[in-house]
Formats: sequence, structure tokens, C-alpha cells
Amino acid sequence: MKYWTIVYAGLTRKKWRTVLTISSIAIAFLLFGLLRSVAVAFTEEVDLAGDDRLVVMSKLSFIEPLPFSYWQRLKSIEGVKQVAHREWFGGTYQDRSNFFPKWPVPPKEYFEVYSDLIISEKEKNDFINTRTGMVVGQRLAERFNWKIGDKIPIMGDIYPKKDGEMLWTFDLVGIFSNPDNLNDEDQAFLNYYYFDEARSFGEGTIGNFVVQVDDKSDNERIAKEIDTMFANSSDETKTGTEASFSKMFASQIGDVGFIMNSILSAVFFTILLVTGNTMSQAIRERTSELAVFKTIGYLDSTILLLVLAESAILCLLGAIIGIGLALFLFFGGGLQDSLYGFFGDIAFKPAIIGSAMLLAILTAIVSGLPPAIFAMRLKVVDALRRN
Amino acid sequence: MSWLNQIIAVTNMNLRTVLDRSGSSLVVVIGIAGSVAVMVSLLAMAQGLNSTIASTGEDDRALILREGSDSELSSGISMQDINIIENSPGILEFDDEPMVAAEIFTIIDLKKKGTEETSNLPLRGVEEMSFKIRPEFEIIEGVNFQPGTGQVIVGKGAADQYQGLEVGNEIDIRNSKWKVVGIFSTQGDVHESEVWADLTYTQGAFRRGASASVAIVRLENSESLDQLGIFVENDPRLKLKVERESDFFNSQSSGASSVINAFGYTVAVIMAIGALFAALNTMYSAVSTRLVEIGTLRAIGFQGSSVLFALMLESMILALFGGLLGSGIAYLIFNGYTVSTLAGGSFSQTSFAFAVTGDIIRQGLILALVVGTFGGILPAWKASKQDITEALRSI
Repeated sequence: MKYWTIVYAGLTRKKWRTVLTISSIAIAFLLFGLLRSVAVAFTEEVDLAGDDRLVVMSKLSFIEPLPFSYWQRLKSIEGVKQVAHREWFGGTYQDRSNFFPKWPVPPKEYFEVYSDLIISEKEKNDFINTRTGMVVGQRLAERFNWKIGDKIPIMGDIYPKKDGEMLWTFDLVGIFSNPDNLNDEDQAFLNYYYFDEARSFGEGTIGNFVVQVDDKSDNERIAKEIDTMFANSSDETKTGTEASFSKMFASQIGDVGFIMNSILSAVFFTILLVTGNTMSQAIRERTSELAVFKTIGYLDSTILLLVLAESAILCLLGAIIGIGLALFLFFGGGLQDSLYGFFGDIAFKPAIIGSAMLLAILTAIVSGLPPAIFAMRLKVVDALRRN
Repeated sequence: MSWLNQIIAVTNMNLRTVLDRSGSSLVVVIGIAGSVAVMVSLLAMAQGLNSTIASTGEDDRALILREGSDSELSSGISMQDINIIENSPGILEFDDEPMVAAEIFTIIDLKKKGTEETSNLPLRGVEEMSFKIRPEFEIIEGVNFQPGTGQVIVGKGAADQYQGLEVGNEIDIRNSKWKVVGIFSTQGDVHESEVWADLTYTQGAFRRGASASVAIVRLENSESLDQLGIFVENDPRLKLKVERESDFFNSQSSGASSVINAFGYTVAVIMAIGALFAALNTMYSAVSTRLVEIGTLRAIGFQGSSVLFALMLESMILALFGGLLGSGIAYLIFNGYTVSTLAGGSFSQTSFAFAVTGDIIRQGLILALVVGTFGGILPAWKASKQDITEALRSI
């Protein structure tokens, strides 16, 4: 890189300008990183073969229960390894701000289907054998300082007990963990059999089923088979992967994709303008220097590339800083966790970094090209006469 | 010349040359306009959702929900309990009938226009009294449903947002076809996002037996709420709670829009920082290209501080232009723009229109002025402290 000195001199000519330009580009890419990761969660196509678990819910809506009798029929489908189910309990522990999901589940089957939840054999057996049993995630237990043996009072809101009582008390018999996805540790599981017997209505129904398959490439066939099996019955089903289930809510938040894209275009239009302006100013200031370069034999194409290189360095440096900042906020700043509750599981996809770099190069070309062409076409005599 | 006159003179001169420096001045204006437009549109979205939900409900109406439940969706109430409630004092009567209606609130999945995936559409099973309790209700197209049949009427907002909810169409609900016979309006409140059907028919189709979700009551006047509350509390058979309808929807609205609000402010602040860098950049350039002018002004007796104030004024005026431009763009594109979103407590779609209010524009202009002030102050400071001989030497 024998031209590095020249590019470097150009960039450091007015240091504050370079720093400010890089900063504003960095801000644009910070927003790009954050908004794209949210938008991707809304709009991304869910890969049906992405998971070995399928969720079966009522076609009518997610709150409509399914009959208990479907359980056996689902188990009998070829290629199905195990079936569990869960139900939305609602309810409040002490105060509304202590919200966490509580799911009545069949203790044995649930931990088989969710084998990524780690729990000791003993605690799992205690959960199976304790009618009023409850197991919670590690993080939840730490949040409320719960220990095994504690009695946990939950004020119901959907389900009263048979005697009309709204207060349910559960015995904490186990604590599970999932180091790979800490968000899993924010839930509590209750013994379905006790719940079903004690609730005042809805007995013998199930919220939704979770079907574990032997081979996930079979997902599409099995999902179709399930929905066909119950088609034209009074409880038709809708089967998809867990990812499509959570996306169902995310995509409903509305025309967020459109709004995100409007914001991003506004941001990038602004940035393009700023960098373009900075570049052309930086080049105009150097008209006589450029003329000198040309006089001593620099080719027009070299001048063009020198100016473009300057613009590329500004944009790429800004993009790297911005995306780095976004990554830091995402993982270091706990943004992923705080968005989780609202937007579902948001991941920072590597594709976002790739498209950011592509966008940086594009910005560099669009904003650097006009001044670069100006510099290239510069007539030496005119340029020197300007002084 | 007094100090104030100096500022006016220099500002005047600066502004007259703004057009000559239109490129870099435009950067400030557009940079700030972008941030303000984004903030104004996001806040207008939160405001629209908020006011749609909060405008629902009257002071002289009460909702009765299951004790412990804070949404219509999680609530449940038996028809027996509703018969008991009808004996309570404080309830207005219509043709000697107490104005109490049992209603089911549930969800059906239908496709929104332009989408393949289904969304949660709220369905309300209502009684004839429901219409008398809500005088704001009116059929704007077609007719009302026949009690006891699978006919439905659709709120104006739902009809706009969903596929196939035109009068004459049919919806599949559990092996049966429900026919849309009318479109209704409730003066822009949340009920316009709902589908209404006959209560008993809904109880059958959704297997609710002799139960509903909530009871809605028209009170004799807004003070009668306490009488009803005491009656419900004193009856040991009733495990229910009474809420004023307007309070209920007010509390629902705060949760629904808080996320959008927080999101709007966060994005706007980040963008504003970006715009601040752009403004600083432009103002520094503006100062550095005018060093000679500034030096000359100083040499003929203008004070440093008046140069400083004039430069700051320039930056603030540009920012204000940006703020107005941004608010204007947001207003033109988004004001009245109707969308629907998943609202917190009801887990279902609420349609609403963006509302660009005066207060939101005021916040946008404040943001613009803050960016303009900070963007101007450092370069102006630098210019006013510039050594006069240095400045003039650069000729």
C-alpha cells in the first residue's frame, strides 16, 4: 500500500471532521444493527425443519383448548417420539410486576420432550410424585430466593379451584436449568394432573401439545398428518414448529416491518448526505494539492481510487464501530433479555453483519463517487489558477 | 453598537449567506428533520393506540370481572352470578329490566389483508341489552344480527384490516359458517376492532356452557358505582370485582403503548446523537470557511460573545427548520394512518390511527432545538476565541 500515506494524510487533515463523520456513520450502523435484529424476528421465514419439536394448537385460536383424547392419537403417529402438553395458567405471585409464565404440564413427558432442560433424576421423580409439585428455572428461583421445600402461593386469575377459591399453593420440588438459553429459566411448571382435577372448569382439556419427532426432516409430513387427522372434527388443529408459534405473536405486532424500514431509510438518507457533504468539502479544499499530484504524473484513475479509498475507510470504520456497539448492547447490555418478553426470542444473526458491511461499501461508493469524479476530471491548469 | 444589535447584525449576515452555503446547511436541516420525523411518527403511533383504548368506556358504566383477573380475556363469570347482580341497587333500568349484559370475550384467527398468517381477532358475544347499554353503537352498513343465529356484525376497524369481513361474506368457526350481516361503529373506540355475535350462539360454539367472560352494567349515575361494589363484595357467593368501565380501559391502555413509547424515545435519542454529530460537523465547517469574515468582524470591533451568540442562533434556526420539516413530513405521511397491532391485555388486534398531536410536535421541536444548540455551541466557542491576527492571516 504505497498510497496509504496519501490517504492517511487526507483523513488526518482535519481530525475533528474525520472523527465526527465516522461517529455519525457509526450511529447509523448502530441503529441498523438494532432495528434489523428486531425486524428479522418479525419477518423472517421460519424453517419448518429447524426444530425437532412441533406445537399443535387449535385452529380456532391459541386460547381455544384441545381435547385430552388427542394425546394418545398424537403418540400413535409414525415418527413421533414423545408428546407432552401445556396450558396457560396465568396467575400472580404476590404482585403483578413479578410476572412469569406458569405452565401445568405432564411431569414425566414434558422433561422428556424438553430434554434441554436440565434437572436431577431425584427432583424429576419428586415432581412426578408430588401432586401439588412445582419446578422452576434456576434464574427464577434466584430472583425470588426460593429453595426446594418452599410453599409458593399463586393467586389465580383464569382458573378458580372447584370450591371457588382463587389462591393456589404449590410445593417447590425441583429447580431446572438451561445454560444454553437462560430465558427458559424464567418459567415455572406445575403438575397437570393436580391442576386438572382441582380447577373448576375446563377439565379434560389441554392448551396445546408439543410433539417431539424422531427426525426433523419429517416435520412437514407429520405436521400435515396431524392437521389432516383432526380436519373436519369440531376441534381442528394448526401445527407448526415452536419458532413459528412464537413468530405468530411477533408478526402480529403489526406493520412493524414497514415502520422499521421507514426509520432505516430516514437514517441512511441522512448519513449519505452527511458523508457525501464531508467528502466533497474535503476534496474541494484540496483542489490545488490534487492538481499538483496530477502535474507530477498521477493517473486520473489513481486519483479516483484515492478519493474512494478515503470514503471507504470512513464508512467501513463507522460501520465496524456501530455494529460493534450494537453487539455490545445486545449481549453485554442485556438488550436481548429485555426485548425477549415483548418480541420473543431475538437473535443477532451473522447475516446482519454481512449486510451492514455491504451497505457500508455502498454508502462509500455513493457518497465518494461524485467528489472522486470531480477530482478525476480536474484540469490541472484550472485547478492551479483557482489559487 | 450595542451587544444585542451586534448579534442581530451578525445573525442577519449569516442567514443571508446560508443560501450560498446551502449544501452544508441542508445537512443540518435534513439530519435533524430525519430524527424528528422518526420520533414524531413513533410517538404518534403510541399516542394513537393509547387514545383509542383510553377513549373506550364511560364513567356511568361498570365492568364486572372475576376477582384477580385484569383482562376480559382471562375473566369468567357464570350466568347465575349475573342473575344475582341484577338485584343490586344503583343499576339503571330500561323497560323495567336492569341494564346488565353478559358478554363473552374470545379470540378467533383470521387473516389480515395482505398477509398469509392469521392474526388474533377479538370476538364478543353480546346480548340485546349490550346495545342499549352502549348508546354510541350504530350500524353503519347492513343490519344488526338476528338473536339466536350464527349471524355476526363486524366493527369498522376490523372490517378495514381483515380479509373477507364484508357484508354477505361467511366466516368458518368450528364447522359452521357465520354470516357477516352488518358493519358497526362505536365512535372510534376499541370495540370497532371486534366482531360481535349473539351471546347464546357464541356460548354454544365456544363450549362456554352457562358462563360468560364479563358483565357490563349501566349505572344510574357515575356515583352509583360504590353501591354496586358494596353489593358484590357483601354477597359471599360472588367472587367478583367491579371496575368503572373508563378506569378499566385507561389501565389497559397504559401497558399497550408503553413499549412503543420507550422504543420511540430510544430510537429518536440515538438518531439525535447522530444528527448532533452531523450538525457539529457542518457548523465546524461553516466556521472554518468563514474564519476571515469572523476575523474581520472582530477586527472592526464586534465582540467575541456576539459572534458566539450569532453562530449559535444560526445553528438553532437551522435546527428549528429541520424540526418543522421533520414534523411536517411525519404529519403528512402518518397522521390518520390506520394500522392494527397486538394489544397487551386482550392478546388480540386493536386497530387505531396514528395521532400526531400538538404535544408530540412540541417534543419534536424541543429535540431539534437541543441538537441545534449543542451542535452550535462548540464551533461558535471556537470561532469567538479565535485569535484575530491568526484568522486574518489565513487570507
